[in-house]
Amino acid sequence: MDMGTFRGITTLLILIAFIGIVAWAYSKRRKKDFDEAANLPFADDDEMPNRDQASRTEADSRHDRGDKNR
Amino acid sequence: MSTAFEHPTYNYKVVRQFAIMTVVWGIVGMSLGVILAAQLVWPQLNLGLPWTSFGRLRPLHTNAVIFAFGGSALMATSYYVVQRTCQTRLISDKLAAFTFWGWQAVIISAIITLPLGLTTSKEYAELEWPINILIAVVWISYAIVFLGTVKQRKTPHIYVANWFYAAFILTVAVLHVVNNLAIPVSAFKSYSIYAGAIDAMVQWWWGHNAVGFFLTAGFLGMMYYFVPKQAERPVYSYRLSIVHFWALITIYMWAGAHHLHYTALPDWAQSLGMVMSIILLAPSWGGMINGMMTLSGAWHKLRTDPTLRFLVVALSFYGMSTFEGPMMAIKTVNALSHYTDWTIGHVHSGALGWVAMISIGSMYHLIPRLFGGTEMYSVKLIAVHFWLSTIGTVLYIAAMWVNGILQGLMWRAVNPDGTLMYTFIESVEASGPGYIVRWVGGLFWVVGMLIMAYNVYMTVKRSEAERNAIPQAA
Repeated sequence: MDMGTFRGITTLLILIAFIGIVAWAYSKRRKKDFDEAANLPFADDDEMPNRDQASRTEADSRHDRGDKNR
Repeated sequence: MSTAFEHPTYNYKVVRQFAIMTVVWGIVGMSLGVILAAQLVWPQLNLGLPWTSFGRLRPLHTNAVIFAFGGSALMATSYYVVQRTCQTRLISDKLAAFTFWGWQAVIISAIITLPLGLTTSKEYAELEWPINILIAVVWISYAIVFLGTVKQRKTPHIYVANWFYAAFILTVAVLHVVNNLAIPVSAFKSYSIYAGAIDAMVQWWWGHNAVGFFLTAGFLGMMYYFVPKQAERPVYSYRLSIVHFWALITIYMWAGAHHLHYTALPDWAQSLGMVMSIILLAPSWGGMINGMMTLSGAWHKLRTDPTLRFLVVALSFYGMSTFEGPMMAIKTVNALSHYTDWTIGHVHSGALGWVAMISIGSMYHLIPRLFGGTEMYSVKLIAVHFWLSTIGTVLYIAAMWVNGILQGLMWRAVNPDGTLMYTFIESVEASGPGYIVRWVGGLFWVVGMLIMAYNVYMTVKRSEAERNAIPQAA
């Protein structure tokens, strides 16, 4: 295999890997898991007595709206 | 430090130790920077002594700010974030304590050896071989503590911040070991096993990935936890954060060659470095936008919350310097910018604007919580610190842009007969005013850090007083 073909193939493989990651990340099946994961920083809130509950709900719905791949 | 603040589940002791040392090393490292900036204006400030000369203090400055200040901030926040998002204690308190004392020992060794002139002469890897072995041991222990904690998590998912921290820890371990392979000839002298262009390539593979993984991936881990926390809303798009992660770590690896444009490095390697650097703009901005947009619907919080302002302005500087970087990696632009102060300006828009500001914002979130409160002693002083840092950074980078372009243009100016129009010393003289402005910018930063130290001290003292006032139940 000459160098040019080799470079072409590696470029293609990396492109496929990238599309694969995007497809995986934006697949509907992963949505629930990712929403759970995104809320992990707030899962053990023991130190925010004045946390504004409204802003959290608002943030969640905003998060859903921002999701264009559904 | 009192044990009264012990968390029932988490190991906060090591986090507190690293957090306090972040402030201490920040002051030390930035003060060294100010001294060096002053030496460039008034050269007699090197006192005529070898130990205080620019060439020896400069690596001490870079090691102190990157590895002592930045390293402590990364270790403090990573230990805090991994425990809180995995809902489990660090796997080993003893090993975590070893990483703290081991890392401080590395820094003290640097403070002793670098002014003595003991150096490998590799940039950002100046420390000699015995210290490098200690770094490797401490770093592997750090990897064990961090990854072991992730492994025993009580949560089903690994939060994205931990992915960034893990990539940073693993990659730095590999980079450090490979770049520092050397043959010792005496207790304090070794020679790299690499030679010539290969040595240069390995050095900048390390050098740029120190930027990409130590100063970027690690601090992005910080960003993905502390920006959502301080804004009180989850990250804008978790999906984007995953694409951001994989794209960023894949591409950063290949960009180092842009430090070696127009050198003995093969042309194809230079072009590869340039192309990869340009592509890097996409994941960098993906992450920056993800962080910024986390604030959508909560922008009003910036008016009242200077900690959040630190975090968001850090992201703005990150966006700016990750645009500037790819641009400077283009060979024709690099022909003008390389070896000039523009490079130093670019580094500091990243180091002060991004790394230091995201660390300071995270510390202002973290420190009160480590000492049993939710707010720093004075929010007003955080705001003062914010403005000092922002103005300081702008002064610094604006001065270096002007100086850099001035130097680049003077060095390449030729007379009609082909001789150089200016001598080198003329470009140094022309840089004088810029050096003064840069020194002033640095002073702003050190004053800001001293205010932070006072604020942190009062926060710790206040919570100790409160604890002592209430009889302890357990």
